[in-house]
Amino acid sequence: MNHHSSTIVIATTAIAVTLTACSSSKKAAAAAPSGTIVVFAASSLKATFTTLAANFETANSRVKVVTSFGGSDTLAAQITQGAPVDVFAAASTTTMGTVTKTGDAIGTPQVFAKNELEIAVAPGNPLHIAGLTDLTESGVKFAVCAPTVPCGAAETKAFAAARLTPHPVTFEQDVASVLTKLELGEVDAGMVYQTDVKSAGSKVTGVNFPEAASAINTYPIVVVKDAKNPVAADAFVAYVLSATGQAVLHAAGFQQP
Amino acid sequence: MSGRARVPYALLAPAAIGVAFLLLPLAGLLIRAPWQQLPSLIGSSEVRTALRLSLETASAATAIAIVLGVPIAWVLARLEFRGRAVLRALITLPLVLPPVAGGIALLLAYGRRGVVGGTLLKAFGVSLPFTTAAVIVAETFVAMPFLIVSVEGSLRGLDRRFDHAAATLGASRLFTFRHVTLPMLGPGIVAGAVLCWARALGEFGATITFAGSYPGTTETMPLRVYLELQDNPDAAIALSLVLLVVSVAVLAGLRDRWLRL
Repeated sequence: MNHHSSTIVIATTAIAVTLTACSSSKKAAAAAPSGTIVVFAASSLKATFTTLAANFETANSRVKVVTSFGGSDTLAAQITQGAPVDVFAAASTTTMGTVTKTGDAIGTPQVFAKNELEIAVAPGNPLHIAGLTDLTESGVKFAVCAPTVPCGAAETKAFAAARLTPHPVTFEQDVASVLTKLELGEVDAGMVYQTDVKSAGSKVTGVNFPEAASAINTYPIVVVKDAKNPVAADAFVAYVLSATGQAVLHAAGFQQP
Repeated sequence: MSGRARVPYALLAPAAIGVAFLLLPLAGLLIRAPWQQLPSLIGSSEVRTALRLSLETASAATAIAIVLGVPIAWVLARLEFRGRAVLRALITLPLVLPPVAGGIALLLAYGRRGVVGGTLLKAFGVSLPFTTAAVIVAETFVAMPFLIVSVEGSLRGLDRRFDHAAATLGASRLFTFRHVTLPMLGPGIVAGAVLCWARALGEFGATITFAGSYPGTTETMPLRVYLELQDNPDAAIALSLVLLVVSVAVLAGLRDRWLRL
């Protein structure tokens, strides 16, 4: 009897497995993504999303991913003005809010990465900058983002957490401009993200500071309402959130959501 | 036939389309302007500071452009020498260079580690970036070619026989330039200066790259507009309107004054 029942169990399992395999392959066939999708992503995602798009294309040979990078706010404005976009990945929840508020997104945006501030200095840290306090010392020229852009808002929070009043020489429009000023030697330090320090490689040295924890930036992703290719768009978002996608982001210095 | 028949209608249609093309975005700005909040949006001291800085730096840049640009225009228009075409192309390069690239180029030349800037820092302890002077440098770099091209065009249009007449009457070259060429060139210089000033007033890319952005020292109106656009588009529209009204007022004022000559 015992022997008999185990046979039945095996048979049932086999049938169940066959059924599952069958149904899943059917579902995949029905929803196999194809065509072109347009992905708008924040400038800070340029390197990772270029890789993610290429990997996604390799995994889905019938899909072509067109990426466009810019300031989150600019991209959000373009989306609310009707730009033909399928997926939007923003560098802040506030910016994403402008898109969801106007009803230009499908579903709730999902956070796929986090990023922390870091002080970038010249290679080898010649001025021995160890934290935010050192930036406020006289004679240290440093650049930050303008408070109206996401990186600047985070920096304002970090300085507030440290109870310091910063006196930068310039309020830049984005982290890329901050890095340019540093790499050209015009400033001694610049406040950017950990990912920026990582991608700049040997051109800058990063200095972590504890107050960064109070100003962590989150990156949400969403399928845009007027997406021409919602199937492929969904697949791309799922890919970014998948272990494979997360590995690419992690390698670039992003933190898991 | 009457004078009316002479109107080339074939030119009027594209002209009308062109005017509409240029004015529609301005109309959009006017239509979408947050008129009710306008006073509060533009009344702040930050805006006044940015506007004053813009007007001052654009005027200073124009002054420098006139002092250096008119002689360049004269050289290009009147002197025959090898490489003149190349020189003209090089001088007008800022016209085609993306302003941000122009800003990087300025940093590489006049920055702390720049070709000239490094020497300046060592010899005099002077560092140009992030100062109001840097704004003026950036604006001059981008706007002066407009003046040069405009003045050179006017110079070529002048009747050179006046110069020759002055020369035969014993006038020196400099005397001829100052008392014969320059007065005739007046309207051309004004037109070039106006163009140069307007370009300097709207300068964004080279300024933010070379001079950075700091309220009161380097944050001009276009920089303020861009930064406001990030989180308060209404304020950006309002500021653009201010810039627009001020430039139209100044340009119209200048034209009225100078065209009466």
